[in-house]
Amino acid sequence: MAAVQWRSRGRNYEAELQRCRPEAALVEFGDYHPLKSIMVTDTKTRRGARKGSTSSSSSSSSSAPLDPLSSMLDGTDPLSMFAAASATETPAMSHSKEKEEEVVGPDFESWSLKRGEILARFTTTEKLSIVSRRDKLFCYSKLKDPGSSAVSEKVRTRLEELDDLEEGSQRELLNLSQQDYANRIEELNQSLKEAWASDQKVKALKIVIQCSKLLSDTSVIQFYPSKFVLITDILDTFGRLVYDRIWTMCSDPRPLPDSFTVDDVNDTAKETCLNWFFKIASIRELLPRLYVEAAILKCNCFLNKCGIQETLPRLTAMIRGIGDPLVAAYTRAYLCRVGMEVAPHLKDSLNRNFFDLLGSFRQISSESVQNQLVLQRVEVPEYLTLYSPAISWILQCIAYRAPEDYINCAEIWVEFTCRHFSKREVNTVLADIIKHMTPDRAFEDAYPQLQSVIRKILTYFHDFSVLFSMERFLPFLDMFQKDSVRVEVCRSIMEVFIKHQVEPTRDPVILNAMLHICKTMHDSVNALTVEDEKRSLALLIIGFIRMVCFGRDFEQQLSFCVEARATFCNLESVMVQLIHTVNQLAMETSRVMRGSHSRKTAAFVRACAAYSFITIPSLSSIFSRLSLYLLSGQVALANQCLSQADAFLKAAVSLLPEVPRSISVEGKLRASESFLLDFINNFLATLLVVPDHPEHGVLYLVRGLLNMIQDYTWEDNSDAKVRVYVSALPLLAAMSQETYLYSIPKVDSNETLYGGDPKFLLEINKLSETLIGQVLDHLKGLGRDEATRRQGALAFSLFGVLLAHGDLRNNKLSQLAVNLWNLSHKHGYCETRVSVSSQPISQKIRKPDMFSLTFTK
Amino acid sequence: MSEMSVTLDIRLKRANKVYHEGEVLAGVILLVCKEAMQHHGISLSMEGLVNLQLSSKSVGVFEAFYNSVKPIQLISSNIEVAKAGKIPGGKTEIPFEFPLNTKGNKVLYETYHGVFVNIQYTLRCDMKRSLLAKDLSRNCEFIVHCQPQKAKVVPTPVKFTITPDTLQNTRERSLLPKFLVRGHLDATNCVISQPLTGEVVVENSDVPIKSIELQLVRVETCGCAEGYARDATEIQNIQIAEGDVCHGLPIPIYMVFPRLFTCPTLETTNFKVEFEVNVVLVLHDDHLITENFPLKLCRI
Repeated sequence: MAAVQWRSRGRNYEAELQRCRPEAALVEFGDYHPLKSIMVTDTKTRRGARKGSTSSSSSSSSSAPLDPLSSMLDGTDPLSMFAAASATETPAMSHSKEKEEEVVGPDFESWSLKRGEILARFTTTEKLSIVSRRDKLFCYSKLKDPGSSAVSEKVRTRLEELDDLEEGSQRELLNLSQQDYANRIEELNQSLKEAWASDQKVKALKIVIQCSKLLSDTSVIQFYPSKFVLITDILDTFGRLVYDRIWTMCSDPRPLPDSFTVDDVNDTAKETCLNWFFKIASIRELLPRLYVEAAILKCNCFLNKCGIQETLPRLTAMIRGIGDPLVAAYTRAYLCRVGMEVAPHLKDSLNRNFFDLLGSFRQISSESVQNQLVLQRVEVPEYLTLYSPAISWILQCIAYRAPEDYINCAEIWVEFTCRHFSKREVNTVLADIIKHMTPDRAFEDAYPQLQSVIRKILTYFHDFSVLFSMERFLPFLDMFQKDSVRVEVCRSIMEVFIKHQVEPTRDPVILNAMLHICKTMHDSVNALTVEDEKRSLALLIIGFIRMVCFGRDFEQQLSFCVEARATFCNLESVMVQLIHTVNQLAMETSRVMRGSHSRKTAAFVRACAAYSFITIPSLSSIFSRLSLYLLSGQVALANQCLSQADAFLKAAVSLLPEVPRSISVEGKLRASESFLLDFINNFLATLLVVPDHPEHGVLYLVRGLLNMIQDYTWEDNSDAKVRVYVSALPLLAAMSQETYLYSIPKVDSNETLYGGDPKFLLEINKLSETLIGQVLDHLKGLGRDEATRRQGALAFSLFGVLLAHGDLRNNKLSQLAVNLWNLSHKHGYCETRVSVSSQPISQKIRKPDMFSLTFTK
Repeated sequence: MSEMSVTLDIRLKRANKVYHEGEVLAGVILLVCKEAMQHHGISLSMEGLVNLQLSSKSVGVFEAFYNSVKPIQLISSNIEVAKAGKIPGGKTEIPFEFPLNTKGNKVLYETYHGVFVNIQYTLRCDMKRSLLAKDLSRNCEFIVHCQPQKAKVVPTPVKFTITPDTLQNTRERSLLPKFLVRGHLDATNCVISQPLTGEVVVENSDVPIKSIELQLVRVETCGCAEGYARDATEIQNIQIAEGDVCHGLPIPIYMVFPRLFTCPTLETTNFKVEFEVNVVLVLHDDHLITENFPLKLCRI
């Protein structure tokens, strides 16, 4: 009923004006209301009158001296008329204009794209409601206390009517479907435009405030992101209308230049603008006040050069007053959005918003949020996804045209993601970083940050099957295109792998990725790479190889070694490791078969031997080759591959002449002699169990070895050759036993082959004698050379061998022993400790045979 | 219908209509009519008045002098703009200049729209016409700002802590939930053209916070030697926090002093206008906790 009254009054303007004129003054004394003047002056007839008048374009109001806002209401401004004439075209026009003024480039993903995504993603089937409480919106509209005059009563009634009119259009609407809700909001958007077009500026403002208030309502929380989109559309419309209106006010006599300054803005426009800000500052509730002020943020440029710069941080701080974290996050997203549109260079506020968001993240676990979720039956994971559009928008703003800022931010963000989320989210972050850092090769300037990202991921992800199942992890590594950095990154991954990969693995994902990483490290090796670097890279690769295990699938393991050999061929120690691995594989096969190979496994172990046999020659270190030939020979023997074993040992023997007199050990040249002696002793020990080759003569390998030793160019003044001869004596002695000291299961040694054949024994004895003869000749020579110390030592070692391995019942031999004893003590160089411990033994030699020898000393 | 064809308007040069004592109000009287018309003289008058009213609750006590509270005139003058004559059809602008000078030792208080005290300045234009046509008149309020204060304003921050133990006027202290709210106002001696600022931190609270508000209050005193009426009423209430805010995070206190409804703190022999701000905590169980700060407003 009240509304009908209002309308009828509006039609008869002149009469009303006449009636009210004398009273208006009284009203202003006792009962000022900011809306009052608006109601009194808002009529269409009046505008008609103006139109007919001469071209006075001043727009200041006559009856509303206090409130320049009301000056908008007399309808002379071209914008309003235009808007009224073609309300539907208005948005398009404003939009194109906005485009012209756009500060962000096309490389910024526009809100309109995002907007659609959000609407499509956050939907609900729950019933929605729009509830507008009939609170007062502005603080000082309450001011109507002393109702003494009849006039102020009238004014008050009209005020309430106005409220009715406005709130009548937004009463409670319950049980809306999502589509109904969107339609309803669109209707509000339309009524906003209509209200504006018909110069009801305050009604327009009220609509916007009511809409903003809907954003504090988080019932049907799944729909909140979409609701945010719908309602901020209205705020955008409003912000444009206000801005365009003030802009138009300054267009007399000529339009404002695009890059206008505060000085170009006339006083009336400034006053109107200021009035909007005062009006908004008095909005009672926090959330609408924030949103509406943010919506007209751009208008600050009419008032003050640094208005926007001062307002953004203030609004950012004010958002802290919003208790609900979701509501606050979206308010931040909106503020960042308008901030980006108006002043994309003001990064500080964007960052501040992000940090405040993180700072208040704990609110999510607060009781009020948890209760709400329980009430709405929404699980926390689902609830958290509601934040994603807001956070992604804020981050997009922060990251815009700032790869450096972006990466600094992402570097921090990734740790948060690693700590609190799963590989899926980390993968998303990686994908995003790749997306941002790939254009213009931005990654080139961000290697430290990108490395830090990797480090952080490695701190939290020790399970490499999880790590490598992130699709974007390897593509991320591809961004490290500078060799040194790339290798460093691979190295850091390998270090973590070696430290944390406890169980051997056959996971193809891990193997492929690690092979890729190791290959990267390997391929960085070139002629200039220092030994130290090579060694450390090789160690890491070896660490990987040692963790590869295909279990019982031995063939797979072997083919892995084949692949690895091809991949890592430049790193010798990796080759060595591979040979060890293959040997180990053969032994493992033997263990599984309990020593009896089937045809298949026999073929397999031969394949292993073949692998080693062709790999060893590629090594440059001669001692590696020697020891691997020996080792592989032993393995072949253990697996009953006699001809393979023979080949290995023969290869080792034929290699001996190539051993240089000095080798490089840890960068220093050292005589190779002692290494060679060690190797030969080891080799001799193996020869005991190697059966003679049926096609070659007796003790073919022993002879071959001794020949090589004889021909070898030893150091001058060296006893090495003779020492080898001395060492060979125990072997020969062991070979002449009926039962050998040790043997290899399922391999017949010479003991069985010859079965103690006297011819064989004779061969051994002859050989031994030759050797002893050689040693004695050498001892003589030493006496001539006055090398008595060496003579003594050598004599003593031969004495030791005779003692241990010779049959001293043989007089000649025992005599020789005694002579050697004497010789070794002749010059007093023999080590007393050793000789004393052997003295009782030499006495024993003598006693049973009653030799009357005098042991001097 | 002929009456409707003429409009009378006063246009001040300054868009914000703000003037200071000693300045000149300049503007035009704008007449728009379709045809030429006769008039018997156009005059312009300026008036500044303080209107005092007693609140209904005080009326009982001070009924004796209820009617004796008369408006206080601060300025009043009159000039003739045009002698009787004819105005041509169309738009006519008559420029005027009106000095804003007081007589004697009167002071022009700043414009203020309150509940019990109103200080208002108006220009009024009157056009006398023949007996057949009604006289026309037009009012226009202009705004007076008092002279800037000469003394420097040194802001002195005021800290506050609110806990159940700091409250007065509560009988049920033991029933109150525990809470600790700290904060500060950057100053209580405020420049009226600059916002009231500060910070408030909810350190902890057993019951969630529902709202934190800033209530701006006017304290108006009307009276004389025989007695006075003093009333505090709300000007505006601005919410600065809504819902269960994050503990430990400082929330800004920020309030713009509304124009017209505030003025520099004023104390005269007949009346006083003072201001206060209340920091109001509303707890979720609807406990209302208020911390009051008297303000001293000034203009610089």
